Amino acid sequence: MTYLDHAATTPMLPAVASAMAAQFGAVGNASSLHASGRAARRVVEESREAIAAALGARPSELIFTSGGTESDNLAVKGIFWSRRESDSRHRLIISATEHHAVIDTVEWLHKHEGAQVSWLPTDTYGRVSVDALRGCIEEDPDDVAVVSIMWANNEVGTVNDIAGLAQVCQTYGIPLHTDAVQAVGVLPVDVAASGVDALTMTGHKLGGPYGAGVLMLRTDVSATPLAHGGGQERDVRSGTLDTPAVRGLAVGVQAAVSGRHERAPRIAELRNRLVRGIQDQIPDAVLNGAPVDSVEADGPGRLPGNAHLSFPGCEGDALLMLLDARGIECSTGSACSAGVSQPSHVLLAMGADVERASGSLRFSLGHTSTDADVDHLLEVIPAVVERARRAGLSGARQ
Amino acid sequence: MNVIAAMSGGVDSAVAAALMVEAGHAVTGIHLALASTPDAARNGSRGCCTVEDANDARRVADVLGIPFYIWDLAERFRAEVVDDFVAEYAAGRTPNPCVRCNEDIKFAAVLDRALALGFDAVVTGHHARLDDGVLRRSVDEAKDQSYVLATLSERQLGLAVFPLGEMTKDEVRHEATRRGLLVADKPDSHDICFIADGDTRGFLGKHLGTQTGDIIDDETGTVVGQHDGARGFTVGQRRGLSLGIPAADGKPRYVLSLSVADNTIRVGPGQALEVTFIRTGPPVWHADVTSGESFECTVQLRSHGMTSPATVIAYETHAEIALHRPQRGIAAGQTAVFYGGPEADVVLGAARIEVAERALTKVSCE
Repeated sequence: MTYLDHAATTPMLPAVASAMAAQFGAVGNASSLHASGRAARRVVEESREAIAAALGARPSELIFTSGGTESDNLAVKGIFWSRRESDSRHRLIISATEHHAVIDTVEWLHKHEGAQVSWLPTDTYGRVSVDALRGCIEEDPDDVAVVSIMWANNEVGTVNDIAGLAQVCQTYGIPLHTDAVQAVGVLPVDVAASGVDALTMTGHKLGGPYGAGVLMLRTDVSATPLAHGGGQERDVRSGTLDTPAVRGLAVGVQAAVSGRHERAPRIAELRNRLVRGIQDQIPDAVLNGAPVDSVEADGPGRLPGNAHLSFPGCEGDALLMLLDARGIECSTGSACSAGVSQPSHVLLAMGADVERASGSLRFSLGHTSTDADVDHLLEVIPAVVERARRAGLSGARQ
Repeated sequence: MNVIAAMSGGVDSAVAAALMVEAGHAVTGIHLALASTPDAARNGSRGCCTVEDANDARRVADVLGIPFYIWDLAERFRAEVVDDFVAEYAAGRTPNPCVRCNEDIKFAAVLDRALALGFDAVVTGHHARLDDGVLRRSVDEAKDQSYVLATLSERQLGLAVFPLGEMTKDEVRHEATRRGLLVADKPDSHDICFIADGDTRGFLGKHLGTQTGDIIDDETGTVVGQHDGARGFTVGQRRGLSLGIPAADGKPRYVLSLSVADNTIRVGPGQALEVTFIRTGPPVWHADVTSGESFECTVQLRSHGMTSPATVIAYETHAEIALHRPQRGIAAGQTAVFYGGPEADVVLGAARIEVAERALTKVSCE
């Protein structure tokens, strides 16, 4: 099986699995006051410190959550509610290419909570410009509750200049949240240096556990809780801490971040060969997003493992199915729109037409990817594209 | 064979797929997303392709160990089936959307896509037999669906597989239970899939608007009531008529005919519904038929209707049917299916009804 869908989820590192397995046997609620509770608490806090060190954050800034979706919701809703109450602010600014965990959240806030949403356009690579953000804030700076712009796009892999965007927000005293689910362990992510106020990350995209994530929330930014209860995490997030998952998350983050310098260039090289190989054989295939060698701030302008291509005349669904039948696993976009597929909002925001958006595939490489994976794809892709084109034509004819 | 199994999430298509897997074929399951709003499959609004149905189909595919995908044909379905349904009613006819769906979606859009993608055939859970291209009724006459398949062309039938034709519905459920498929007890679907609440006139009212018009007694010519739009009524319909003046004989009144142009409905006694002569649109023939010559067969005029022996004259452009037993409530837009063979269960052909004329002679009705 050739797994080219690491951006959906990447295999758990053996060290993570064994660290979690060891923890499963230990009893103890991290909020209990006795010895077992203290032991669990120690694991949680050591994990928090390890993750903070890896991210360039302070331990007190990290809130453990159930993953990316919860962290995004907590950041956007929580900061919005808090700033609406304290400062009567009603406006949210997000980029048009955000993950659904952010888009659906702001749409809900718009529909049910009276939020006004300002959508930041992107360039054809999917990048938000510092000037666009400044211009958008300037329309009414005193009404903006929070800005949310992703660090790196999950579909096309485009990296934003988060430090530059954070600087703009700082000028106006507006908190910036960034969804860094795809970035942590893949790109140089330093929370303190970036200047962001809130950052979402999750375990299963970097070799850690499913269902475990973090919201980095600066201690001077307040957020209204989504769920109420014991207030275990800074009174912002309630629920008994999942000690094994927290431990696994720490092991995963440490491994991903410390191994990044070795891994990222290797994955980028594989990805470059994949893109070249496809474009050599299918000359009209179009790479969506930033060029593979682009640079943003001090790092790559595109996620090293991301190859997102459009195949004119094909339907992404048909390509995916034909590749699946040949043992190659990839995605037509973000997994959340799988099933009934809609043309990607990311590609549409980048100016692609519906046909190009619908005829695209995302191949994403990760820590277990090999030359053989790329070879396998390059071997079958010409016949698959040809067949999908015929199916696409049969659809167009009717 | 390398086949596509269309899986609705119901028990029939589940067992059909299972039988193909067990017969050694390479089966890929697909569920058709047909609801007109793209969200319906996501948010689970009732009607066709609810999220539960898709999940049921997916679970069956898991149990069978076959790949499973959702094919989004909502746009095609709306254009070919739903819009046609509304347009037919608007023109005063009574369409059968299941026939249309088989003609234009399952054995056209799905079939063509499957062939282009390298598959050899499309498998469905229809209750009908198909041996060497000969379409026959299911052994379970109560569940037989040959009627809604009869207008398919020879080519379409040649690329279809109906594994359930030799099984009764009870046997199908039993086979599902035996294989541990959780859909074994799932109730049959009855209504038009895209009108989830069964309120066809409400649905048509929303699409076509309402317009008050007269209900006229066919015998006396007097206005006996009002209706909210002639389109939306069906010949033979009795329910939903609010008649201010009872019939002289005290017997129920039925819709005998409707005129969309005048927005009037004519009503009368059940006997007046009886028709003997039917003229159809262009027929599809599965048997050798000589144009202009008559032959004897059995005709079915509604999806779950009675059959009648008949004399049929076939032409290229149409067919003329003389029923030996008058039938009630025959509406333009429905399909006439001709059955022959020793057990009157072989589909000879089919055509859409254009004109149904009342009995000229009185024959007692069964």
